[in-house]
Amino acid sequence: MRIVVPGRVETHILSGMTERMHFEHNIVGGDFTRAGYASSQVKKALKTLDVDMAIIKRTVVATYEAEVNVVAHACNGMMIVDIDGSTIQVVIQDEGPGIEDVEQAMVEGFSTASSEVREMGFGAGMGLSNMKKNADSLHIESEPGKGTKVEILMALDGREEVRSKK
Amino acid sequence: MKVKEIVRILDARILCGEDMQEYTVEKAFASDLMSDVLMLADDNVLLITGLVNMQTIRTAEMSDILCVVLARNKKASREMIDLARDGGIILIECRYSVYQTCGLLYREGLKPIF
Ligand SMILES: Nc1ncnc2c1ncn2[C@@H]1O[C@H](COP(=O)(O)OP(=O)(O)OP(=O)(O)O)[C@@H](O)[C@H]1O
Ligand SMILES: [Mg+2]
Repeated sequence: MRIVVPGRVETHILSGMTERMHFEHNIVGGDFTRAGYASSQVKKALKTLDVDMAIIKRTVVATYEAEVNVVAHACNGMMIVDIDGSTIQVVIQDEGPGIEDVEQAMVEGFSTASSEVREMGFGAGMGLSNMKKNADSLHIESEPGKGTKVEILMALDGREEVRSKK
Repeated sequence: MKVKEIVRILDARILCGEDMQEYTVEKAFASDLMSDVLMLADDNVLLITGLVNMQTIRTAEMSDILCVVLARNKKASREMIDLARDGGIILIECRYSVYQTCGLLYREGLKPIF
């Protein structure tokens, strides 16, 4: 018996690819001149895969916010990207000070950014909520004194699927 | 509004993207706060800013902003220009303050995002 799952065919057309992609980039804490390099590589990769422009924008805005957070608030960061035919998974982890209260950090306007960070054009306390707005799924784990791990999941075939998968 | 009109109205200098002057922006947004720029969902936005550093260009790149006006007579660095060129971003320098830049473009009909 053959079961036809609605939406599946569209998935293949949209993704148009079968191979998987995996790459990793270091993120250096405090180095604002290079902040955004990793997200820029993600953007270039998604463009070559012909991913929908609106999905690319939501993805890289979310990863860039996370990348800037490592540069602004932490150190020894890493961005790990996995792309397959239906999802983009980006993990941004660091060995920074961690976040004491993630729920409080998520509140719009909450920021501990230094004056240096503010001079760079950041520190409005909007990054985490903007990541939540743009990502199909956002998961944050943080241990004070150890570091922070942010996972961003994007569906290539519509937002709902990844949400219900989670 | 076309980029070439923006350049004319502001009596400005194009640093890169000279060949894209036919590109049309629909609306404009002025901010020195990149956190705010990253929250915009609109397409074909012109960014007017007095913040001149690498993050200005990176933020435009991530937000799909294809044209950036650096106001206040601020000078872009070589690295900024290279990054903008690499990202397909039209970079413009002008000598007016942010307020004057916005006023001139608004008077000629360029609408704000909100
Ligand atoms: N990777 C991280 N390591 C340690 N603390 C973090 C990290 N990411 C976020 N935080 C904490 O959470 C707060 C809120 O982060 P959020 O990104 O929302 O705002 P911001 O970075 O301060 O400003 P904006 O993102 O608007 O430029 C930060 O000020 C910081 O205290
Ligand atoms: Mg932030």
